[in-house]
Amino acid sequence: MKKILLKVFGSVGYVVQYACLAHCTFEYIGDFVLCAGPSMEPTIYSDDILLTEHISPRFSRIDRGHIVIAKCPSNPKQHICKRVKGLPGDKIKTGFNSYEIVPRGHVWLEGDNSSNSADSRSYGPVPQGLIRSRALCRVWPLKDMKLLTN
Amino acid sequence: SWITSMKIINVIKSVIVGVPIGITILDSVGYVARVDGISMQPALNPHQHTTDYVFLNRWSVKSYEIKRGDIISLISPKDPSQKIIKRVVGVQGDVIATLSYKSHVVKIPEGHCWVEGDHTGHSMDSNNFGPVSIGLITAKASCIVWPPSRWQFIQSCLPDSRVPLNLTSKSIL
Repeated sequence: MKKILLKVFGSVGYVVQYACLAHCTFEYIGDFVLCAGPSMEPTIYSDDILLTEHISPRFSRIDRGHIVIAKCPSNPKQHICKRVKGLPGDKIKTGFNSYEIVPRGHVWLEGDNSSNSADSRSYGPVPQGLIRSRALCRVWPLKDMKLLTN
Repeated sequence: SWITSMKIINVIKSVIVGVPIGITILDSVGYVARVDGISMQPALNPHQHTTDYVFLNRWSVKSYEIKRGDIISLISPKDPSQKIIKRVVGVQGDVIATLSYKSHVVKIPEGHCWVEGDHTGHSMDSNNFGPVSIGLITAKASCIVWPPSRWQFIQSCLPDSRVPLNLTSKSIL
């Protein structure tokens, strides 16, 4: 009886250890993201799986042209995948004769599919604190594996 | 010396196993943080000679259920490497009479909240940078853990002067 209990505790201990390791890896190093929606076509399609890294946002190494995964400004339980088009201080053309300057601590995000993307053009600059990770490459579908960095 | 190297290997093993567990606990449950500055006086750091240490509860913000009056920590919208601690004055849909913002009255958009430091005039808060996205909130300050003379659970309350306009019987003329 005692032997069985010890074995169970041992197994639970292993599960806890590996769950914590997984949490730290996905939170601080990198993870896989399943994409949905047309806003990044033709670069990324719905049901693509991307490999993303969590290191660049933490060290403020996000630059123009990077594809980032961020929490949605109007719904923190959802995520958005867009390209960084402007950094703090950049002047973004928002209309025929109108400009917007990206404020300190924010970025300007746009989807590659301009005609079908809700992004900074509708909800304004996004705080850098909402950025979770940077997309490195597409890993699924296998035949479409591609690096997403320039 | 074979025994010492075994001991060292065991210590290293414990560290390699312990670090992810520790980090996961800090991320999922919470941690203790020092409160800097006077922007939350008199609730936090009321005297010059005391610095409050609070327990930042990460478990309670996992589903982003923030209530008016909560004291929360959030990533500063002006500097993502900084965390600030403020009180939630309004949630999405609330209409706020601002103290020093570009418009006198603001309706808080979906997924956002209005945060203010209790010490009016000495606080960089929503009156400066506007409504903040709830995704920036990292934890809720649930109690003061140090110094012992300040041990207390932090109450969720709003000063009457800061209650959102849609909750009062005032009407805007």
